[in-house]
Amino acid sequence: MSAFSADLAVILPELVLAVMGMVLLLWGAFRGNRDFGVITVAAALLMFAAAALAIVAPTGNGFNSLFVNDAFARFSKVVIFAGSGVATLMALTFSADTFRRFEMPVLMVYAATGLSVMVSSQDLMTVYLGIELSSLSAYVLAALRRDNLRASEAGLKYFVLGALSSGILLYGMSLVYGYAGGTGFEAVAAGIAGEPSFGLIIGLVFLMAGLAFKISAAPFHMWTPDVYQGAPTPVTAFLATASKMGAFALVIRVMLEPFADIADSWRQIVILLAVVSMVWGSLAAIWQSNIKRLMAYSSIGHMGFALVGVAAGSEAGVAGCLVYLATYVIMNLGAFALILSMKRSGEPVEAISDLAGLSQERLPMALALLVIFFSMAGIPPLAGFFGKFLVFTAAVEAGFWWLAVIGLLTSVISAFYYIRIIKVSFFDDLPEEGTFDDAGFTLRAVYGLSALSVLLFIVVVSFVVGWANTAAGVFA
Amino acid sequence: MAITLEHYLVVAALLLTIGLFGILLNRRNVIIILMSVELILLSVNVNLIAFSTELGDLTGQIFALLILTVAAAEAAIGLAILVVFFRNRGNIEIEDINSMKG
Repeated sequence: MSAFSADLAVILPELVLAVMGMVLLLWGAFRGNRDFGVITVAAALLMFAAAALAIVAPTGNGFNSLFVNDAFARFSKVVIFAGSGVATLMALTFSADTFRRFEMPVLMVYAATGLSVMVSSQDLMTVYLGIELSSLSAYVLAALRRDNLRASEAGLKYFVLGALSSGILLYGMSLVYGYAGGTGFEAVAAGIAGEPSFGLIIGLVFLMAGLAFKISAAPFHMWTPDVYQGAPTPVTAFLATASKMGAFALVIRVMLEPFADIADSWRQIVILLAVVSMVWGSLAAIWQSNIKRLMAYSSIGHMGFALVGVAAGSEAGVAGCLVYLATYVIMNLGAFALILSMKRSGEPVEAISDLAGLSQERLPMALALLVIFFSMAGIPPLAGFFGKFLVFTAAVEAGFWWLAVIGLLTSVISAFYYIRIIKVSFFDDLPEEGTFDDAGFTLRAVYGLSALSVLLFIVVVSFVVGWANTAAGVFA
Repeated sequence: MAITLEHYLVVAALLLTIGLFGILLNRRNVIIILMSVELILLSVNVNLIAFSTELGDLTGQIFALLILTVAAAEAAIGLAILVVFFRNRGNIEIEDINSMKG
């Protein structure tokens, strides 16, 4: 096999997605929005196929070490593609006219491609390319409902803050390039050996600020609540799951590959981000009445918990992060399927009080909600517990017991608003206008499967942890 | 006086600062934000090219070209979203971008 076809084999999933994305785009251009359903299902199947391809694609470096496929990239890509596929399927439930636009699944495919380029990058240029491919698609996805003021406002806010964060990230990259003498991760690692120069530290700080925007870690989270609320719910589901997984995996890769030797320089920043995100994510959510905004603050808090694992900086910390993010993606897909099911006479409703009396008329949905939100609160033996447990254990082993204590306290606070949602849907009276419309098969399947996997996660936990350990072994 | 690397870095840092303040202090128009974002990207390019010359390494110049290309795509998408917003809202005053709060 020639060197070039070996390169192509390494980027197999991205290649298939990029080419098939164009095929879907052409299909949509010829057939228009009446084929929305078919294109959406095709895009989702394409992403599930890409998840399988990510596992079979050979490991190794490609394109002169710009790109790598390793165990860590495989784990992240499987989660990213599965999450984007399910989020795309959720769009099927939109009723006619309002949102059935074929651009949506196509853009989802490209956003997922960008995310998977990010997690495989071995060079600052690849990082930038991946981030921009996924962000540019995501800006348009957020604003895709063109006749809706909130959607276009969400798109505009997302674009302005996203562009600003890309600029800050790039400024950091330019300083890192100058003071380390190269853009490749290996060149950067070689350039910072020994005492890092002052310019390099400044570059690292800018780089981390830009990345913190992308994972919406406080204090760089301002865009999250507005974008979550304004964007169409399947898009929000994508931003909350696959997009977070990709950006977070990139943070892990950048911190632990080129900058592994100066961990003490970036650890303080990661700890600061983690503490502020955990505290702000759990406190600010208490006053929210819109459930999509609440999910935004919840995701900020979850990013804080996962950052505790990065702060530990050990292999165990990275493995804990990966398990945390995988369970977070499963729970959030279920939660957003539940939010999409909140419809009265065809109109979506988003207030938490609208869930009142859910258990009286729609018991299966209420039970799924119970399981998913208990898991988000981290109650054993549900899936959410294991991620938190692994991350906090890694922090204690690395000597950051006080960080684990802050994490435990804030997760108790955040349990308050998760349990409030459960309380409203089980113990409040059913409003006069009655309960929600029938959710339809797709959404029932998504939240049912999500609740089931959260419930039965304990059966597969040793397998998932083993896989995450293999993935984290890349940074040994 | 010879122009050294430090001079370029200072110019780039000034451009970055002007761009950041243009975004943070500007209370009037979204177009000014787009201009400020371009200013930040240009400061990055100045940095990259100065370093590239200093290091005798072409990578920085290739990176700068990549940024120019992506920035064009970014500006196109940003203006498109701005037009969609203008159609729904009727103006692009920053103080009026407030339909969601909390």
